[in-house]
Amino acid sequence: MPVSKKIVPLSECQPGDCFLLRELKVEGVMRRRLLDLGFVAGAEILVLQKSPLGDPVAFRVSHTTIALREEESSLIFGEIIRRGPA
Amino acid sequence: MSAIKVALAGNPNTGKSTLFNTLTGLKQHTGNWPGKTVIRAEGSFEHKGEEYVLVDLPGTYSLFSNSADEEVARDYIVFEQPDATIVVLDATSLERNLNLAFQVLEMTDRVIVCINLIDEADKKGIVIDEKKLAAKLGVPVVKMSARNKIGIDLLLNTLDHLVKEKINPSPYRMTYSEEIERKISQIEAQITGLFGAELPSRWIALRLLDGDDALVAKLKEYIDKKKDGVTANELPISANS
Ligand SMILES: Nc1nc2c(ncn2[C@@H]2O[C@H](COP(=O)(O)OP(=O)(O)OP(=O)(O)O)[C@@H](O)[C@H]2O)c(=O)[nH]1
Ligand SMILES: [Mg+2]
Repeated sequence: MPVSKKIVPLSECQPGDCFLLRELKVEGVMRRRLLDLGFVAGAEILVLQKSPLGDPVAFRVSHTTIALREEESSLIFGEIIRRGPA
Repeated sequence: MSAIKVALAGNPNTGKSTLFNTLTGLKQHTGNWPGKTVIRAEGSFEHKGEEYVLVDLPGTYSLFSNSADEEVARDYIVFEQPDATIVVLDATSLERNLNLAFQVLEMTDRVIVCINLIDEADKKGIVIDEKKLAAKLGVPVVKMSARNKIGIDLLLNTLDHLVKEKINPSPYRMTYSEEIERKISQIEAQITGLFGAELPSRWIALRLLDGDDALVAKLKEYIDKKKDGVTANELPISANS
């Protein structure tokens, strides 16, 4: 039974969600930077918390906490593999 | 004989400076890298009758020259050509740390991977099979705790073996797609024509394919310096070698 996995941008995740990265649509130096920080296809990302104004958002990736702005997280695509406690 | 040059590279906060201080003690001085506000720490020590000069490179996650720190670290390894580069990794975060290790392995063969903070890994129940890792990476791997001075002797002896060519590493090199590999060979042939075996031709080919314009400028500078009769590392040619 194929389960259709919905591909969404990381920016649509809520704190507590666990996200499986599939594709990085960021270009140039920022792409390189994100890859170096562990935002690679196959990486599991935990959404930690939003800053008071909602942007940037803190993520846990490969044992490190990294904050991204929406302009970056909206270009990182994957599936939500676990929903956080609502 | 001139001193053996060794560089310390690694991610931020992996214990490079702790190791640097342990090895060099009071025999160190700091300044800035030429034209940069990045601190350069250099020190010396002796082991088995050899004089070593150790350079503590800035901690970075990458060596693609996205920042002054990365540029300093990369240029040192590629153009100054240390006799050995010790890549210091955090034992509790190997996945992240290996990113930089693989980048160094593309730049030079003379690498020792040093897995530091092994005491922290022990506490977390992380077990690291350094022999397996060494076999996969193709370079020596030493586990240590710089702060607790564990593994220092093994590191020094491994360094001794490496510089005396008792071990000859053959670092793991990533194989890219057929198309990229074909282009690498084409470019590499021309780079070897220009620089011989002086500079890492495969690494330069990869950077050029990636469109690294800043590196092109660096290479031009390197050629000009050579024309003026100044070699990059300013080592005198030994008459009795
Ligand atoms: N537990 C433990 N702590 C260590 C060890 N080695 C270094 N540290 C600690 O880790 C912290 C960072 O060490 P540094 O030597 O400053 O790290 P660095 O790699 O030079 O950091 P940057 O210069 O920022 O790249 C310090 O608090 C050290 O005391 C170790 O083997 N075990
Ligand atoms: Mg340091």
